[in-house]
Amino acid sequence: MIDCSGVTVALGNQVILSGVDLTVARGEWVCVVGPNGAGKSTLLRFIAGVVHGGGVLQFDGRPAAALRRRQRARTVALVPQTPTIPDGISVTDYVLLGRAPHIRAMGVEGARDLRAVHEALAQLDLLGMVDRVVATLSGGERQRVLLARALAQEAPVLLLDEPTTALDVGHQQQVLELIEMLRKQRDLAVISTMHDLTLAGQYADRVALLDAGRIVAEGTAADVLTEANVSRYYKARVTVIDQGGRPVVLPMRSDHQQAAGLMSPKGTPAT
Amino acid sequence: MADAGRSHPWPVTSGSQAEVGGLELLRPARLRPRWLVAGALTVAVAAVAGLIIGPVFISPGAVLGHLSGFHPDLTMTELAIVDQIRLPRVVLGLLVGGTLAISGAGYQGVFRNPLADPYLLGAAAGAGLAVTLVFAGTVGGGSTVGAAPLAAFLGSLGAVGLTYALGVSGGSRPSTGSLILAGVAVGSFLTAIQTFIQQRHQDSIRQVYSWILGRLSTAGWHDVLLLLPYAAVSWVVLLTQRRVLDVLAVGDDEAATLGIDVRRTRLVVIVAASLGTAAAVSVSGLIGFVGIIVPHAVRLIAGRSNRVVLPLSILFGGAFLCAADLLARIIATPDEIPIGVVTAFFGAPFFVLVLRHSRKGAS
Repeated sequence: MIDCSGVTVALGNQVILSGVDLTVARGEWVCVVGPNGAGKSTLLRFIAGVVHGGGVLQFDGRPAAALRRRQRARTVALVPQTPTIPDGISVTDYVLLGRAPHIRAMGVEGARDLRAVHEALAQLDLLGMVDRVVATLSGGERQRVLLARALAQEAPVLLLDEPTTALDVGHQQQVLELIEMLRKQRDLAVISTMHDLTLAGQYADRVALLDAGRIVAEGTAADVLTEANVSRYYKARVTVIDQGGRPVVLPMRSDHQQAAGLMSPKGTPAT
Repeated sequence: MADAGRSHPWPVTSGSQAEVGGLELLRPARLRPRWLVAGALTVAVAAVAGLIIGPVFISPGAVLGHLSGFHPDLTMTELAIVDQIRLPRVVLGLLVGGTLAISGAGYQGVFRNPLADPYLLGAAAGAGLAVTLVFAGTVGGGSTVGAAPLAAFLGSLGAVGLTYALGVSGGSRPSTGSLILAGVAVGSFLTAIQTFIQQRHQDSIRQVYSWILGRLSTAGWHDVLLLLPYAAVSWVVLLTQRRVLDVLAVGDDEAATLGIDVRRTRLVVIVAASLGTAAAVSVSGLIGFVGIIVPHAVRLIAGRSNRVVLPLSILFGGAFLCAADLLARIIATPDEIPIGVVTAFFGAPFFVLVLRHSRKGAS
C-alpha cells in the first residue's frame, strides 16, 4: 500500500531524512521508533504530503506526486501528535472535518458524509457525546475523537504520530486496541510513531528504528528492540525481556545497574 | 440500553452509552433559519428607522406603503427625502457595514486571529496616505476632492498588495505570522509618510481628519452604484469559502492533510475581503470597529462556525452601521458627528454586554 524508497527530506540546510526505504502492506501495522529528533514525525508528514522531499513515494503502485491534493487526503489520514482543536468546536463538527476531501470545494456535506461521520463515531463509541465541545474532553476521549476524524476520511492509510503520549496506561491500551480493531475491520495500512518501546513491541507487526534520518534496523519487534540497539541509538540502559516473541523493554536506573555490576565500581557509566 | 455497547471490544464507561441513534443525532454547525430571520428583521428595523427619522419625521406606515409599491401617501417633499436622500444612505450603510463585517470575519478566519480586522494588512494606512496626497494637492492638481474615493480605493489595494508581496517573499513557506508582521511594517511606513505630508500641508488636516473618521455620504445613489459590484463580488466569494475556512481553523498543515489548498484559499479570501474593504473605504472613509465587533458578537450569540458567522455578519453588520449612522445624524442635530465615533462609542459597551452575557450562559 505504502512504498517509500530513497526518501530524503531537508528542512532549510538540515537533512532530516536521508534515503529511507519503507514498505507497508494493507492491514499491516508498522511502528516507527527512534530517539527524539530522529525524523519520525517528518517521515509521517512526508507520507501525508505536508513536507516535501526527494525519493519515490507510491500508494498501491501510484506515485504520490500524481495524486491531486484531495485524492491524497482520501488516501492518507494523519493524526498529528499535537492537533489544533478549534475553539468551541463540537465533536460532530470536528469529526466532520475529516470529510473535507470528500466534499467539493464550494459545497457542504451531504447524507453520505453524515453517514461516514456517524459510522466513525459509532465505531469509537462517541455517539453519546456528539454535542460535547472537544476541548472539554478527557485525554482518552479526545484521542478517540481524533481517531474518528481520521476514520471519517475513509483513507486506506492511517498515520499516527505518538497516539498514546499523555495518556495513562489504561487509556494507552484502550487507544491501541481501538487502532488494532480498526486496522482489522477496515484493512488499513497503519504507521505509528511510538516512544513507548514496550507498547510498540506489543502491537506492531514490524518495527522500524530510525536514527539521524536513516532506518538503522527493521524487522519484527524481537529483532529490532534489542538491548544493543536501544543502548546504541537511544543511549539508554535497558533490560529487554522476551514475552512470547514480544519484547518488553525495561528502563533501568543507573545505581540499580551498579548494584548488578553493570557499571564500573567508581560509578562512571561504562559508555 | 444495557447492551448498547455489546459490539465494542472494550469496557464502555457509563454515560457514553446513549442509544445508538440515526443521523438525526448529528447536528453539524449550520445557519439555522431562525438566525437568518432574526438578521433580516434587524436589517428591516434599522432600515425603516433610518428612513423615517431625521429633521423631517415621516410616518412608518407611509414609508412602508411607498416601499411596497402602493400609492404613495407622501408629499412630494417627503418622497424626495426618502427616495433621494435617506434610502440611498440607508442602502449604503447596509452595504458598507455588511462588507466591513464579512471582510473582518474572513480575515479572522484566514489568520486564525480574533483581533484581525479588515485593515490588518494596511488597507487603512494605504487609503489614508492616498487621500492625504489628494487633499494636500500634491497629486491630481486642481479640483481634487472628487478624486478621493478612487485614491482611497487604489491606496488601500496597493498597500494590501505590498503587504502580501512582502509577507510571502519571506520564506518558502509563508505563514500567517509573516503576513501580519508585513502588514504592521507597511502600515507604519505608510502612516509615517502620511503624517509627514500632513505636517507640510496643515491646511488640509481638517479635511483629511474628517475623512479618516468616516461618514456615509449624501451623494444619492452614485456611491451605492459605485460600491455595489465590489460588495456583491466580495460577499459571494467569501460566502463560497465559509466551509473551507472552518477546515483552515485546524492550522495550515492539518488543513493540507485534509485536502485543502491553504495558500490558494488564503489568497482568495484576502483578495475578496480586501477588494470589498477598499471599495467600502473609498465611499465611506475609515469606519472602525464594525469589522471586529460584528463578527464577534455573531460568534458569541449564534456560534463560531464560519458557515454561521459569514452570512450573519453581512446582515448584522449592515444593520449595525445603519443604526450607527442614524445616531450620527440625530445626536447633535443639525450637525452630524463622525460615524466612526458612534460605532466605537456604542459598539464597545454593547460588545462588553454580549461578552458578559455569553460568559454567563457558558458557565
